[in-house]
Amino acid sequence: MFPDSLNLSIRAPVNEFIQTLVSSYGWVFKAISAVILKAVLFIEWILRGLPWWVVILAFMALAWQSSKRWTLTVAVGALLFFVGVLGLWDLTMQTLALMLMATLVSVAIGVPMGILVAKSRLVRNITLPVLDVMQTMPSFVYLIPALMLFGLGKVPAILATIIYAVPPLIRLTDLGIRQVDHEVVEAATAFGGSPNQILFGVELPLATPTIMAGLNQTIMMALSMVVVASMIGARGLGEQVLNGIQTLDVGKGLEAGIGIVILAIVLDRITQGFGKSRTEDPRNG
Amino acid sequence: MADIEIRNVYKIFGQDAKAALAMAKDGLDKSEILARSGCSVGLNDVSLTIGAGKIFVIMGLSGSGKSTLVRHINRLIEPTSGQVVFDGSNILDLDAKALRTFRMHRVSMVFQSFALMPHRTVLQNVVYGQRVRGLSKADSRDIGMKWIETVGLSGYDAKFPHQLSGGMKQRVGLARALAADTDVILMDEAFSALDPLIRADMQDQLLQLQQNLSKTIVFITHDLDEALRIGSEIAILKDGQVVQVGTPDDILDKPANDYVARFVQRRQGRPEAHD
Repeated sequence: MFPDSLNLSIRAPVNEFIQTLVSSYGWVFKAISAVILKAVLFIEWILRGLPWWVVILAFMALAWQSSKRWTLTVAVGALLFFVGVLGLWDLTMQTLALMLMATLVSVAIGVPMGILVAKSRLVRNITLPVLDVMQTMPSFVYLIPALMLFGLGKVPAILATIIYAVPPLIRLTDLGIRQVDHEVVEAATAFGGSPNQILFGVELPLATPTIMAGLNQTIMMALSMVVVASMIGARGLGEQVLNGIQTLDVGKGLEAGIGIVILAIVLDRITQGFGKSRTEDPRNG
Repeated sequence: MADIEIRNVYKIFGQDAKAALAMAKDGLDKSEILARSGCSVGLNDVSLTIGAGKIFVIMGLSGSGKSTLVRHINRLIEPTSGQVVFDGSNILDLDAKALRTFRMHRVSMVFQSFALMPHRTVLQNVVYGQRVRGLSKADSRDIGMKWIETVGLSGYDAKFPHQLSGGMKQRVGLARALAADTDVILMDEAFSALDPLIRADMQDQLLQLQQNLSKTIVFITHDLDEALRIGSEIAILKDGQVVQVGTPDDILDKPANDYVARFVQRRQGRPEAHD
């Protein structure tokens, strides 16, 4: 047995810290919460307000844009139609709104972070272990404080999703930028390019396929959080799965599960297509 | 027109550069310094004067420091000690902004593995220097097309680099340097990656261009034949030190030491390439 006298618990101070945060700075979190909620409700309002066939056509157009393949375009249309047939259309749109919001915030955080990590050794040494923690820490551990700070519902669900889903985007943005051919960057420098011109004109365009792979991973990981998110009151497909399990309604759970898988396939294929759709081959210079 | 003077330049790679620099100044040689300080000496007291309007060749085997040396002229690499004087002013005194202006207007560069931007067309690559300066797309287009034609790539302006052969890629690299309209062009083993025939073509083209434009060209090569063929003056580098500087005839007739003599002997019996 490990001697009790050596025990050192961080429980009390952490609890106290969260308590003070809630009681003294609650208004800050409320304000953040209100902004995020407004944004996600707006996305949801668009997606649920549009007629179903407009949404399907929009997704088919995206699929065509990304892949230029008829098979994929038709498959995306058929899969989304099938979701509608299963009676999951409204729930799918709610989940999609949640995903889009989480993904947008992830991109806004992840890409600039990735650039910083690639550029600065100090930031890199600090960030990489933090990312490891974010990816391995069980999500319930931060779900509970998120609940205390932001209340029940969509907002803590989105934040928990971001914490879980943003690391691959940061990592792959960093990798993409560091993989850019050193001599090409040297050439841009030699012709007098400023750091900004080199970042936006050379490094980011050449890193785009890798960044898109990161975005793809982020979306997939966000989707895998759907059921967990529903436990703290986010509505959508996850809630249906949870309902199904709780009432031993296997069929209901499976239906919603299929809905999540279809959403995953559609989003995965479309983002993968954008990652590949470079007319030029970056291996040659 | 620009004279370039490299004065007592040392470049040490490694942690303890200060100690290694002192050792190099005391006259210790490369391997000894490496053993004692763990630092590798890239350049050891290099002084050269590169006259305007000529092709100056820096020749050396791999590891001799020639690519390191040429990157001091546009400060892609900072010296550990010494001065690089360009047209009478030390470019090591320039701040970041002035350095960028200097690179835009005074010195351009051609790279061994071409270093073209794979996501830009031939034309967009060629006008990169002009676009960085802030010239509009329309204005830079005319300049770009002119130089694409000069290097013999008419009709390829909308192609991407991966659609071109090695020789064509390097023509794009050359056009990019010429389109930047600088007095000095640095060429770092520019033709080393090319097939022998294409290489000879490119050498001819470079001599032709030089006659018409009278740019100052600093040309790096590991090949003595190439050096003799295009250089009006040649500096031979070994282990980061200048072994001999002279005209091609000086090098052939009066090799400064055994090292140079061995190069010269090796090419005897071959047809005279220099004219």
